[in-house]
Amino acid sequence: MPLQAIAFYLLAFVTLASGLLVVSAKNPVHSVLFLITAFFSAAGLFVLLGAEFLAMLLVVVYVGAVAVLFLFVVMMLDVDFAELRQGFTQYLPYGGAVGVVIAVEMVMVIAAVASNGAAAKHALPNASPGGASNTEALGRVLYTDYVFFFQLAGLVLLVAMIGAIVLTLRHKPGVKRQDIGKQVARTPKTGMQLVQIKPGEGISE
Amino acid sequence: MIGLPHYLVVAAILFTIGVFGIFVNRKNIIVILMSIELILLAVNINLVAFSAFLHDVAGQIFAMFVLTVAAAEAAVGLAILVTFFRNRGDIAVDDASMMKG
Repeated sequence: MPLQAIAFYLLAFVTLASGLLVVSAKNPVHSVLFLITAFFSAAGLFVLLGAEFLAMLLVVVYVGAVAVLFLFVVMMLDVDFAELRQGFTQYLPYGGAVGVVIAVEMVMVIAAVASNGAAAKHALPNASPGGASNTEALGRVLYTDYVFFFQLAGLVLLVAMIGAIVLTLRHKPGVKRQDIGKQVARTPKTGMQLVQIKPGEGISE
Repeated sequence: MIGLPHYLVVAAILFTIGVFGIFVNRKNIIVILMSIELILLAVNINLVAFSAFLHDVAGQIFAMFVLTVAAAEAAVGLAILVTFFRNRGDIAVDDASMMKG
């Protein structure tokens, strides 16, 4: 049990420290890298809880896709990031005050409620009830009780994909592309021109 | 002995860090988007912790849907950001009001 506690405190500390560095790093590339660290250690917390499937999903989806997408965009945009940090010290006291108030309130509510709610019945976490593996337990519920929501999630992803493509796609003028309709509609009359040339003059377009 | 409150406190502090990040990086929309990802991660930790301590898988299903929506939101947000940058040459959100119809 002590080993589990050590792992929890280590992962929690790394998650929170890298989360703080995400919002305070000077260079956005460093922010993205700290974001990856935060996701990794959060995945470790999920493993500690027994939710292995979601932990792997977090690594694949967040680290593999979302964080790399952020990294792409940060490196692609040529922006003066020093200028964007201008208000940092100005907003620091207000942001810090609001943050401390929110954190203290939430921790007080947790301390008062969490220990005697419905979750107090179970002292040990069990992310896959019923004895099956975590992935099997999730699959059994996801494809039966939540199948409509599962389809809806797919639709959300489809709409997001189409939206992102529509937003960023642009046709450069002057690029020659094949137009099948134009090619098929071409007849000898439109494709060929007979010109009477007077001897010794040539033609000019 | 690590119980439910431990995980909830970690999630609460991470959520606060996300809100704090939106406050202090008011101009840098990339860091604002990353702060939103941190907030959603905190919500996911809450959902999974409750799911594990209530012995009920539903929380993990919800966490999965939150993950889906977060990925979609990041993709569309960054696409808007790239288009905005192409049109203006910088990404200061102060004068993003030019985007209205």
